Amino acid sequence: MVRAPNCIDLSVRVSGLFMQNPTMLASGILGMSADTLRMVAESGAGAVVTKSVGLKPSSGYPNPTVIQVECGFLNAVGLPNPGVHKFAEEIKALRNLGVPIIVSVFGFSPEEYAKVARIAVESGASAIELNLSCPHVSGTGAEIGQDPKMIKQVVGAVKRSVEKPVFAKLTPNTTNIAEIAEAAISAGADAITAINTVRAMAIDVETHRPILANRIGGLSGPAIKPIALRCVYEIYEAVNAPIIGCGGITCWRDAVEFMLAGASAVQIGSAIAIEGFSIFKSICTGLAEYLARKGFRSVGEIIGLAHKK
Amino acid sequence: MLRVVRILDIKVENPYVKTIFFNDEMCTLAEPGQFVMVWIPGIDEIPISISSVYPDGSSSITVAAVGEATKALTEMKPSDLIGVRGPFGRSYRVIGKKALVVGGGIGMAPLMLLISKLIDRNVETIVVNGAKTRDKIIFMERLKNLAKSDMVSVYFVTEDGSYGLKGLATDVAEEVLRSGKVDIIYACGPESMIKKLYNLAKAYLVDMQASLERYIRCAVGICGSCVIGRYRVCRDGPVFMMEELREVESCLGLIKYNEKGERVPV
Repeated sequence: MVRAPNCIDLSVRVSGLFMQNPTMLASGILGMSADTLRMVAESGAGAVVTKSVGLKPSSGYPNPTVIQVECGFLNAVGLPNPGVHKFAEEIKALRNLGVPIIVSVFGFSPEEYAKVARIAVESGASAIELNLSCPHVSGTGAEIGQDPKMIKQVVGAVKRSVEKPVFAKLTPNTTNIAEIAEAAISAGADAITAINTVRAMAIDVETHRPILANRIGGLSGPAIKPIALRCVYEIYEAVNAPIIGCGGITCWRDAVEFMLAGASAVQIGSAIAIEGFSIFKSICTGLAEYLARKGFRSVGEIIGLAHKK
Repeated sequence: MLRVVRILDIKVENPYVKTIFFNDEMCTLAEPGQFVMVWIPGIDEIPISISSVYPDGSSSITVAAVGEATKALTEMKPSDLIGVRGPFGRSYRVIGKKALVVGGGIGMAPLMLLISKLIDRNVETIVVNGAKTRDKIIFMERLKNLAKSDMVSVYFVTEDGSYGLKGLATDVAEEVLRSGKVDIIYACGPESMIKKLYNLAKAYLVDMQASLERYIRCAVGICGSCVIGRYRVCRDGPVFMMEELREVESCLGLIKYNEKGERVPV
């Protein structure tokens, strides 16, 4: 029997977090103020992830920090943030948001990650996403996330300090992402987010200079979608935990691809620059129509289908 | 995408302000109030409004030396290279038949394209150009030439009275509003000026559009650095309509996010 798209169940559960639909705002995008996070939630996102927050305030790098390149964006913003103590006010202002609020956290030691995560949860975070993957700040992010031992220490420390779900956001800038995912899950991570940006750069030929002030940054957008998809596929084979897909998702078809590869939910970032806030609703509409056309009743039924031999 | 362009010419507007001319096709398509991200290689990248466009493919930005990046930019020479991205953002929209255009200091720059458009559309236009002192007034000649048109009258205002009327741009704006000659205010300048004009617009029941400034990084609406309320200055603005100004009234002239994402006084 073919169902009407409005009868399709798009809800998903990721490590106990109930989401009305599988779309989420990706970290680093618009997530620094309560007002914009609320705006995104009202636009139809199933959950929102904040910009990464650390223990101390930071200005990030000078501009240029974000530039458009062929098939995507290149950024090295440098984790600007007001520090978790001040950011706690923004989190508190999101009580009754109606969708889960996941606070992205970074630190320069396992203890620092744990402290920031604890303050975020005390302020009202529904879950924590560990930034183990920022490719352009030394001493944190990908420098921790490329080393399974360090990952275990960070995840372990955070899990001991908070009782909410903990997601590990991984970097594709590693030879074996499945191994990294296994390390995170074995240390207690509840889910994996894959992937962060791909280390990249752009050089201006007229002035012979790297364009980003930090010279090297991370590539996002459609250019990295096939890489992200492969990462999700490999992680699904390696671990028995929910995966949140991220990287270049711009339409319902991309979302379906990630879910077939094994993602339980998908994060949207760069595409907002092109499609605007309506992207969350348009992906959900397209997803429901696809599921109806293919004879599914709920979005959960397609997770990991591409692995069927 | 970033384009690197050669500076064609530089015009000294006053001891602190220069207009930089360059060739870039995209920039000539700029609507009044739109801005470009200007890359000063090795220094910074900053948002600056387009101050003129010409049919020959050239455009200009007008910049006041206030910080490291703007100082470096005003010290550049013809044939030096700068990068431009954009034009970005929402422009002024021509509404109504009688306009009051108020520019404070360097805020006059994006209003020049608007005034040309108002003249094209046969809108009766009163321009108030405010500056602290005579030597800080910009576009004096351009505005005097525009004032030759029957459609345009221009008032220069300085805080110390060294040129034109003495006082604040908002004082003159209030007199114009009291006379009932206008149905909309177009503004750009210090946020304290915009807040005052916004209050005047409410008091005199006229419409208003104002260009706001915040710390901009991406310019395409994804990084969240420039938010005011639920709006992104780079994408939803920089020009905001009256009803949007009302929505962000509690921040206007008072609170902004700095480059760290901390709430600080404007």
